[in-house]
Amino acid sequence: MSTRLTSGGRLLNKGKPLRFTFNGKNFKGYEGDTLASALLANDQMLVGRSFKYHRPRGIVASGAEEPNALVGLGRDGRFEPNQRVTTTELFDGLDSESQNHWPSLEFDVGVVNNYAARFLPAGFYYKTFMAPRAAWKHLFEPIVRQSAGLGKVPRDRDVDTYEHFYAYVDVLVVGGGVAGLQAARVAAQSGAKVLVLEQTAHWGGRAPVDGGEVDGKPVADWVDQTVSDLRNLPNVTLRNRCMASGVYDHGYVLGYERLTDHAPQAQGPRHRLWRIRAGQIITATGAIERPLSFAGNDIPGVMLAGALRDYVVNYGVSVGDRTVVVTNNDDAYRTAIALKQAGMMVPAILDARPTGGGALAEEARALGIRVETGKGIAKVHGGKRVTGVSVCLQAGEGAALETIACDAVAMSGGWSPVVHLWSHCGGKLIWDDAHAMFRPDPDKAPTGADGKGFVVTAGAASGAMQLADVMADATAAGNKVAGLSTDTPAVPATPEAAMQAVWLMPQGANAKLKMKSWLDYQNDVKVSDVQLAAREGYESVEHTKRYTTLGMATDQGKLSNINGLAILSDALDQPIPQTGTTTFRPPYTPISMGAIAGEARGEIFQPLRRTPMHDWHDTQKADWEPVGHWRRPFSYPRTGESVEQSVSREILQVRNSVGMLDASTLGKIIVKGPDAGKFMDLMYTNMMSTLKPGKCRYGLMCSENGFLMDDGVVARIDDDTFLCHTTTGGADRIHAHMEEWLQTEWWDMQVYTANVTEQYAQIAVVGPNARKVLEKLGGMDVSKEALAFMEWADGELAGIKVRIYRISFSGELSYEIAVDAGHGQALWDKIAAAGAEFNIMPYGTEALHVLRAEKGFIMIGDETDGTVIPQDLGLNWAISKKKEDFIGKRGQQRSHMTDPNRWKLVGLETLDGSVLPDGAYASAAGSNENGQRNMQGRVTSTYYSPTLGKGIAMGLVLNGPDRMGEVIEFPKTDGTIIKARICDPVFYDKDGEKQNV
Amino acid sequence: MSEALSALNGAFHKGAVTVEDIGPQGMITLRGNLADETLMAAVKQATGADVPALRKITHAGPCSVAWMSPDELLILLPYGDVTAALDVLNAAMAGSHFLAVNVSDARALFRLTGKPAAVREVIAKLAPADLSADAFAPGDIRRSRMAQVAAAFWLPEEGVAQVVCFRSVAQYAFDVLATSAQAGPVGYFR
Repeated sequence: MSTRLTSGGRLLNKGKPLRFTFNGKNFKGYEGDTLASALLANDQMLVGRSFKYHRPRGIVASGAEEPNALVGLGRDGRFEPNQRVTTTELFDGLDSESQNHWPSLEFDVGVVNNYAARFLPAGFYYKTFMAPRAAWKHLFEPIVRQSAGLGKVPRDRDVDTYEHFYAYVDVLVVGGGVAGLQAARVAAQSGAKVLVLEQTAHWGGRAPVDGGEVDGKPVADWVDQTVSDLRNLPNVTLRNRCMASGVYDHGYVLGYERLTDHAPQAQGPRHRLWRIRAGQIITATGAIERPLSFAGNDIPGVMLAGALRDYVVNYGVSVGDRTVVVTNNDDAYRTAIALKQAGMMVPAILDARPTGGGALAEEARALGIRVETGKGIAKVHGGKRVTGVSVCLQAGEGAALETIACDAVAMSGGWSPVVHLWSHCGGKLIWDDAHAMFRPDPDKAPTGADGKGFVVTAGAASGAMQLADVMADATAAGNKVAGLSTDTPAVPATPEAAMQAVWLMPQGANAKLKMKSWLDYQNDVKVSDVQLAAREGYESVEHTKRYTTLGMATDQGKLSNINGLAILSDALDQPIPQTGTTTFRPPYTPISMGAIAGEARGEIFQPLRRTPMHDWHDTQKADWEPVGHWRRPFSYPRTGESVEQSVSREILQVRNSVGMLDASTLGKIIVKGPDAGKFMDLMYTNMMSTLKPGKCRYGLMCSENGFLMDDGVVARIDDDTFLCHTTTGGADRIHAHMEEWLQTEWWDMQVYTANVTEQYAQIAVVGPNARKVLEKLGGMDVSKEALAFMEWADGELAGIKVRIYRISFSGELSYEIAVDAGHGQALWDKIAAAGAEFNIMPYGTEALHVLRAEKGFIMIGDETDGTVIPQDLGLNWAISKKKEDFIGKRGQQRSHMTDPNRWKLVGLETLDGSVLPDGAYASAAGSNENGQRNMQGRVTSTYYSPTLGKGIAMGLVLNGPDRMGEVIEFPKTDGTIIKARICDPVFYDKDGEKQNV
Repeated sequence: MSEALSALNGAFHKGAVTVEDIGPQGMITLRGNLADETLMAAVKQATGADVPALRKITHAGPCSVAWMSPDELLILLPYGDVTAALDVLNAAMAGSHFLAVNVSDARALFRLTGKPAAVREVIAKLAPADLSADAFAPGDIRRSRMAQVAAAFWLPEEGVAQVVCFRSVAQYAFDVLATSAQAGPVGYFR
């Protein structure tokens, strides 16, 4: 049984009991518990099933490296899968459930996979599901989905909130263990701004558990004193429950702060993502203990020795009455000693080293613990928990010398520095043979823009494994970033005997044992799988990782990687450094999607751009259309009307009387300077410098390659000043385009630009009665004589200062009225009131589009798609032949652009009056080299025209303008064909009489 | 003439940090050679304030002049004074190459009020700028962003920040500022 001890538990507040549930069962814990310690205190050894074989799994570790104990946490809007119980702080009312089992944790039918394990070797998926192809979708995938998978997807909207925070510091210290605290203390002496992040709720890391003295006092007291000192320094900030998840270029670090995970009822955001810029980064990230690879090392009750010690010392939890310790180093003796001191039994310490341990071993022996050197575990006995171990010679093949009854196994295969953050941005590693570990190579740090390293490691993260070395290394790290030479605190040396690398236990284990010796618990990868991969020709560690799935689970191989690549190296008969490691990538442990999203959810998921009349449209129940980040009314359906009906109503109103349009989203860019005319001639394809003040001209803009990218009406304000209208989507892009040319190519031109799009509300008053409406408002002469077609004028309407452009995108008499945005709604209201007698009504973007299509006006994004040049659209009249140059001119002279076989714009009218599908292709005889039907054109715009009472369309057709009257066929997706006659694209008022009145 | 309306017409969020729409605010974009004495004199004449240095903002009475880029200033002044100020600028710089244009209605301006550290933190949750007191003080301006939209901000005094953004995204900017304020302090700035 695992149980709570009556004494011990330095992190617990036993005065504060907490209730929680696991799979519906009610349990009790204390404040200060993790979910892991609380589960163990309630004898809940079995916490999950493995991914592939559904083997019973228990808690292995006590921190971020835990591979097995993942649970679904919370309910409804707070449910979250894959939460590690070892990093989940207990709170009152916590709900948890185990994962990856069916139908229950205790009885799982998937465990049959366990017995079929020899049919599920490395590369099983690749080998099995290759053929037949259809079988994947219909047979294999449904089965695999049922038996695999980790955790459930949340079904409800997350009820919590999240946020980001930007911080700039001189020194960022990652890790609040003794090394991090010491490094921070040293660095802070220089006055540098220091931020220390600690992923757990506690300071000091492992040191208070492992013991020792610093500056003549117990290390736990030193930690308390140092934390207190640091808190009092104005230039130091300490944040716990905050994990540095990744190091990126230029000293950028993401910190993941869990604010209310331990107190879900607390106010404020649940997680905060720190976006940190640090001058120097000290990674004091500690080390992770490695498992040993022996048969049955995944049976619940087999744990890392350090973790078992943590549970006893930190939480007063005993995993079993009788614990066998198996090790290749001295550190695990501390666990045996701690257990013994807590009153538990340690039947034996199996030390794989023939010569055994040093002072700690002596201490263990003195406590009466049996120590066996040169021995290991042949096999662990038990199913859902450990019942005993068979002892063998480490040097042998696994013949059992004796069986020792026990209910827990504490294993230690040595320690690996946590090098993840060091490696994220390119820090290199070296192999340390003495400690059998990869550690950071201090000469090959990740480098910044200045070519110098910006990450320094401290303490165990550097490979320093004993307290004296840790403190010396941390002091050096602090000195290095701060340019100081502070002395290291006094730490009595505690010599330990050398460890010995043990990658397989026993070293000659037979095939049967190796098939039960787990490397990666979460993804169910065994020693035999890695060896098989090597036999099948996998040499690269990266390939082997993907083939066997070693280290690919949510724990990213924190326990398994080194053991796995050691096995691989052995199988390949090459030294470990030659095999190397897989790539370390952020995040260090998974971070929540909520933290990544930050505040961006609901109404503020994305900015919504609103015109000054947005709210009015909303009250009219406009049918909205997204146009970039804007919302524009597509139409204004009235009660009982379909959108199609309202669009037709709006069009006919404009054609027959008058309508009004919110055109505020159109881009408006001012171009001013002595060289403005010259600049405009280069930006546009047509001549703009000859435009007279007071006049307007439609213009085209092309990219360097000659493709049409934007269009709009240009107004000349005065000799030096133009106002360029762009498309709605083009405002920012065209402004940037102009600035790029001015700043990078034509920096000698005297031209300034300003994007004044949002300064103005722009209202189009359109239709035969438009002038009458404006005349009713009064204030300026809008007659044909005073304000002719393609002219503009400043003045007042109904007492509001306006600028009116007489331009038309509909073919009707049309005034576009620009007004300061703050007066937009007022003018809109006055126009609506004045137009009431003409039944004036607002029209939306769809009516706008149909009106322009009836007139054969092109639309950027419909008739153009980035591959269309103005010549394709019959816009040759807008391309100046007199100008020496303009952007796109040379592009348009390339042979492909002048090819007479380029598809050209024409109108299309269906023989039966129906509406062509948008984007439909016109078929031609024969097929191409790919066996596809040849095509001769496509539809670019297609609408029902209520004005003409039939479908109209524009399209690009091979030799189209030369084929007027010819009928071509458009196959539809339902197999039928629509026939359409090629015609002039101008369907309405070809001579333009209506707009010119 | 009708009364000009700011984008959010005085929207207000009350809390430890208050966020409010300042209402109609005169603004002029001035582009030109910022080292040119004619320009400097014209700005002084129109506003009473000096041309600011890189990433600085200067103040004189109701007017402020903010550095926007190496050749662009943002002049802030009472809404009703814009036309007169443009006349002054145009006259004082006549014959030289510059661009002065009214952008009062193209922007929204918000004021944040609260404890100095709290005000800084509300912005530091949204803008990738160093908001610490030693990096950003009254007299400084940052042209940056608020979450997903462009914004500039400065501190008229400790405990007060002003944020300017484009008018069309005023609601978004107000909402993210209010959300940031509502979420409470980070406790980082002291």
